[in-house]
Amino acid sequence: MSELKKINEFEWEVPQKGDMNVPGKIFASEKLIDAIKQDKTMEQIHNVSTLPGILKASIAMPDAHQGYGFSIGGVAAFDMETGIVTPGGVGFDINCGVRILATNITKEEFLKKRKEVLQDIYREVPSGVGKGHKEKLSDEELKDVLTNGVQWAVKKGYATEDDLQRCEEYGCMKGANPDDVSQRAFKRGLPQLGTLGAGNHFLEIQEVSEIFNEEIAKAFGVKQGNVVIMIHCGSRGLGHQVASDYIQKMEKEYGFENLPDRELINAPINSELGKQYISAMNCAVNFAFVNRQLIMHDIRKVLKNYFPENKNHLVYDVCHNIAKFEEFDGKKVCVHRKGATRAFGPGRIEIPEVYRQVGQPVIIPGSMGTSSFLLVGTKKAEELSWGSTAHGAGRVMSRSQAMRTIRGEDVKKALNDKDIEIEAGSWKGVAEEAPEVYKDIDEVIRVSDGAGLAKKVARLKPLAVIKG
Amino acid sequence: MVYKFLEHTADVKFVAEGENLSEMFREAALATKETITKGVKINAIVEKKFTVEGTDYESLLYHFLEEFVYLLDAESFIIAEIKEIKITDLELEATIIGDDVSGYEITNDVKAITYNDMYVREIDDVWECQVVLDV
Repeated sequence: MSELKKINEFEWEVPQKGDMNVPGKIFASEKLIDAIKQDKTMEQIHNVSTLPGILKASIAMPDAHQGYGFSIGGVAAFDMETGIVTPGGVGFDINCGVRILATNITKEEFLKKRKEVLQDIYREVPSGVGKGHKEKLSDEELKDVLTNGVQWAVKKGYATEDDLQRCEEYGCMKGANPDDVSQRAFKRGLPQLGTLGAGNHFLEIQEVSEIFNEEIAKAFGVKQGNVVIMIHCGSRGLGHQVASDYIQKMEKEYGFENLPDRELINAPINSELGKQYISAMNCAVNFAFVNRQLIMHDIRKVLKNYFPENKNHLVYDVCHNIAKFEEFDGKKVCVHRKGATRAFGPGRIEIPEVYRQVGQPVIIPGSMGTSSFLLVGTKKAEELSWGSTAHGAGRVMSRSQAMRTIRGEDVKKALNDKDIEIEAGSWKGVAEEAPEVYKDIDEVIRVSDGAGLAKKVARLKPLAVIKG
Repeated sequence: MVYKFLEHTADVKFVAEGENLSEMFREAALATKETITKGVKINAIVEKKFTVEGTDYESLLYHFLEEFVYLLDAESFIIAEIKEIKITDLELEATIIGDDVSGYEITNDVKAITYNDMYVREIDDVWECQVVLDV
């Protein structure tokens, strides 16, 4: 077990020694650090610190737990000349992320039609395994999606110019060449654009139940008592295949004998293979942006049907699994965020003009049936964590243990008792995502806010859930 | 049943064993199937054949299991049973039987096979492997 030094209430250090190139840094409270010590998170923080060209620290967010390669909640930046890029620092679900659609529908108005709205959205948005979207794309069209992201959706009438502004990277990672994406990835992606998928992915209709910062909530266009819709999913099979393909290619090129973990296979940022991976990853990032956009488009149709007069706008779309080039103190670096959210403070050019004065909206979903949070990025995060914060509650219980100890039907009943409706393909799947298998989201948010990585803006309380 | 699921915080970890390499591969495939179907019975309707290669037993296993994930996404095919596995050096030829997944209510996905904690080894004439699936 690595040595752990407490820096302050919310920050811990793993001192640099042995083969570490930088120290480790963990943002956590006493309560969360106990959970983090339970699995291999500490070992994975250590492994990342040994990678070439890593800068400042191997960082873990408050919701960190064991992953493969990086821990989930792992953040690291690499020098552009001497550093590496690794699929193990991004994850298989490239640009798994979340967006919020804010509406002017009040909770009371919504509750009157809750069941019908939920069922219609469940019918409209394909979820589960092997359920494709109505619209089938051609290879050429998919190439357009991978290259242009949400700009493609604007062209097709699935998105507005305003939506485009309110996405991380303005809905399109540049430098995405579909020629770097394999045929296998294409084939997996073709039927899946606009689908939720399964596992921990979900749609949630929520009430803005508490405002912590009036001024910023106003800037984000969210109002207490109104309904918002949260969409959580990623790049589906296409992104998974991109990750898998490049792990193989990098193994072939560089071998894995000297790595502490085979999943930390990497390529120099400047190498041909490194560049190709980044290009292919960017394609998957764009696929995921469009995936969430199409789902939002389908949801808007349902809303219009039930609430013809409603007004809605995309608050923001954030990525949770990504590597990209960003500038800090005038220096460009390659930041990996794996299960972490970008949280830039005011003034950054990456933030759309509408929010540039206040800072970037940060969305942190809770577990099923618990609150989610809207926060705002800070200047301090740029100093502490490469402008990053947590991405969710973080699991504490294994799926097999959940299956043994929790019944899906009981979870449904517990949700109904809290006045939350749920639609899901199977109750077994629900058990795996029950609230008790996750860390306490309020504690994760308290640490994020207390450490200054992102400040609380609003609490979002679930009214209805669709589990993928 | 000669596969067993182990504890893992976020993902699915299992060990599978067999009297020979082919048997072990079969068990690993069935563990992967179980992770997706959670016991939903799949009818044996459609037969498929595929070949994969590896640079060692681990990568052979990785590619073999990945094929099931690929077939599920790209061809909407879910495996019911393995008819035959032939392994020659580091090449594997499989004949499998399954069905179109769209007729079933399946809500558990496997995103990818990982190399995390993966091993393939032979101890006392029993082949054993360990796999972590990203779900």
